[in-house]
Amino acid sequence: MAITLNINGRDYSIDADPQMPLLWAIREKAGLMGTKFGCGIAQCGACTVIVDGNAVRSCNTPVATAVGKSVRTIEGVSENNDHPVQVAWQDLTVPQCGYCQSGQIMSAVALLERTPEPSDNEIDKAMAGNICRCGTYPRIRAAIHKAAEMSKT
Amino acid sequence: MNEFNFTRRGFLKIATTVAGGLAIGVPMPRMAEAGGHGGGAEINAWLTIDPNNIVSIVTPQTEMGQGAFTAVPMMVAEELDIPWENVRHVFADANRHVNNDNLYTTTSTGGSTTVSRRHPYMMQAGASARERLRHAAAARWGVPVDEVMAKQGMLTAGSNSGTYGEFAADAAMVTLEQEPAIKAYGDWWLLGKDVKRLDIPLKTNGTAVYAMDVTLPGMVHAATASCPVPEGRLVSYDFDAIKDMPGVIAAVELKQPKDVAAFTDMRSGVAVVAESWYQAKNALAVMPVVWDYGRGASISFESQTAEAMSLLANPGTLVLNEDGNIGRNLDRGVNHEAVRGIIDGADKVVEGEVYSRPFETHATMQPPCAVVDVKADRVDVWTFTQDIARSLNEVADQLGRDTKDVYLHQTYLGGGFGGGYNMYVHRQAAAISAEVGRPVKVIWSREEDIAQDAQRPPVWGTYKAALGDDGLPVALVTHFVGEEKMPAFSQRGVANMPYLVPNRRHEYSIVQSHIPIGYHRAPGANSNGFIVEQMVDELAQAGGWDPLEWRIKMTEGNEPWQRVLLAMKEKSGWTPELGRGEGMGCAVVESHGTIAGCVATVAVSRRGQIFVDRLQYFMNSGYTINPLNAVEQAESSAIWELSHAFFGGLDIRDGRIVNTNFDSYTMMKMPDTPPAIEVHIENSENQWWGGLGEPTGPPTPPAVANAIFYATGTRIRSTPFAKAEL
Repeated sequence: MAITLNINGRDYSIDADPQMPLLWAIREKAGLMGTKFGCGIAQCGACTVIVDGNAVRSCNTPVATAVGKSVRTIEGVSENNDHPVQVAWQDLTVPQCGYCQSGQIMSAVALLERTPEPSDNEIDKAMAGNICRCGTYPRIRAAIHKAAEMSKT
Repeated sequence: MNEFNFTRRGFLKIATTVAGGLAIGVPMPRMAEAGGHGGGAEINAWLTIDPNNIVSIVTPQTEMGQGAFTAVPMMVAEELDIPWENVRHVFADANRHVNNDNLYTTTSTGGSTTVSRRHPYMMQAGASARERLRHAAAARWGVPVDEVMAKQGMLTAGSNSGTYGEFAADAAMVTLEQEPAIKAYGDWWLLGKDVKRLDIPLKTNGTAVYAMDVTLPGMVHAATASCPVPEGRLVSYDFDAIKDMPGVIAAVELKQPKDVAAFTDMRSGVAVVAESWYQAKNALAVMPVVWDYGRGASISFESQTAEAMSLLANPGTLVLNEDGNIGRNLDRGVNHEAVRGIIDGADKVVEGEVYSRPFETHATMQPPCAVVDVKADRVDVWTFTQDIARSLNEVADQLGRDTKDVYLHQTYLGGGFGGGYNMYVHRQAAAISAEVGRPVKVIWSREEDIAQDAQRPPVWGTYKAALGDDGLPVALVTHFVGEEKMPAFSQRGVANMPYLVPNRRHEYSIVQSHIPIGYHRAPGANSNGFIVEQMVDELAQAGGWDPLEWRIKMTEGNEPWQRVLLAMKEKSGWTPELGRGEGMGCAVVESHGTIAGCVATVAVSRRGQIFVDRLQYFMNSGYTINPLNAVEQAESSAIWELSHAFFGGLDIRDGRIVNTNFDSYTMMKMPDTPPAIEVHIENSENQWWGGLGEPTGPPTPPAVANAIFYATGTRIRSTPFAKAEL
């Protein structure tokens, strides 16, 4: 059926089964490849996007539930790769293989929008759903603090 | 097509010069075909310089986060002498490599070798190009070559000057009588400095392209299932039952070429093809499939453990450096015939209990994925691989096509860790595309990935030692049990341990196993280090030695080890005696030519909760070309093994792996991450190079386990620690 999805402020008219996971609608239908598939059961966070301000795992979210809402993906974080989270990620050389990092960045952006100066415990809680097999966690933690610091000035 | 003589044979002609540098007798290619990498002039197959002095440098290795796409350009740029800002990275052309006598020597990416073993010819490519630029400038200016300086992208001689870019086309035509020597070790302006990896910006905005992200016009999607019990075979499937499901296009049998599949053979199974991948996966999940499970159905991890325990109750096979023995090409025991007698007659004997490590899986964040488009005149491939040439050859083999018609396009890898070897997803995609006549993207579900991966093998090990009057061991026998596919892993770091026990004997046994095996970040050393380095602590304790002092004493005269161990003693605040419930432990393991020591500080609560407060690492890799990247890799390897210490562990029942997704095969996450991981580089700088992609992993679990022992008095002899009673 025809569905309209608002992704990064733009309307996409797509033909999809309402049960299609949002992840595959974003990737296969809207053609936005920054959001990744990792596990399919909402356990790794590679597919994290922001829906109406909340970080959600798009791999097990039916596309129908996102209709009429605002979906943000990694492509919508900034025009020029210069959101404070992205800059902090670059400064502290966070990504290694990089595959999980779109999801990590979306979780971090959602955290900082809600909690501009998170403690280590708040970071642990917000980021606990995002696996990084390269083990970049110490750098992610430091980069979130750095992004918070940069956003203050 | 031009032929290049940049071959392996050429590179083996290595001689040390008076200056200490390496002179390599490489007949450098004369490149007439300009524009190999865009608008500039290709001086040799490794680099192109454009008129604006931008240098494009080819990396034949893959990038999986370990930094090859930065390290290779750094090594070439060091010798070329070009500002780093002018360097661009380009993917290697796998087709050109394969069809020109392995133009880039090798495209294999593993064993932490990209820098450690390949630097001589990569640096040679830069040096040889620089020399040609000087010759070209000398000819145009009419001055002797000796007067031409090449530095930071500029050529100068007296009042003449110009950029490399202005002379690149001429340089491509220069023939040298003799290739220049590469620089003496350490005589560098770029190597040895912190350089941020070139791929980082692409990985903060989602623009890095992985095989998963490749989309072709008319492309369909496939989900696959190989037999859930490895070595089993497909009997039948009922496509009619799913053919009317939404989006479903076809089912394709995946044919295994022989009874027991080789590591990169396609395994017997079936694929469902659909318009969308989730449709293919859903239809595959409900399609009736009949399997012949084969011998594996009677094997479980419990049965393998029982078999290992009974093997350990008796002497094993002696590890020997001879054909047919897993000790082939391995340093092994000393006076092994005398060992049993010495132990039997000794006053003080230490006998270890059985230590073990389970199977682990790679679980790269990108599950295996390949896109293949089979056409009449050409085949295009994008895949998960740590060796682009090998995978190109495998697709050609799968389809019976000439390698000249197969084009493998490199992408970034969403993790590798050895998982990109022993991989056949591109064979599947090639077979399916050929069958359905459309480009296809194959994605393994996470469940398929963990069930079918070439896993890290388990190991079980124990030891017995006699101690002398000074408390140090005079004789030692070890017995390690591996599995049947790659049993030699069970001796890495064991039979060739560095400790100077005067009489050593190493034995092995093998359990039956049908599970496919592969390389898993520091293979062998990762599991064996856990056993050897706790054995050392038990021997030290029994002999009344401080465990760090024991290691220092038992490696006397071994400079690379002494450098690491003494740094641990001097810099870590070492003491095994902390307050109640706290402990410090150490371990040192060599892998890939790098010696890595770990000092772990832990606290254990009264309820048995373990907190790793601090991990300190001390690494000696001879040289380090990019300390920033070395530290990143050290952190990564450390967390990799810390994850397998506390989580992980595959369970096998009725022949099949049962924990196949992240709800049951668990791993470290942010809240589990130690607050402090510190890395110290302690290099010998005496002309040997170790690899840096893996070595801090192996010492991590034993250092933590040793620390837990000092905190609690309890020794943990298997992983995951979560199952231990404290």
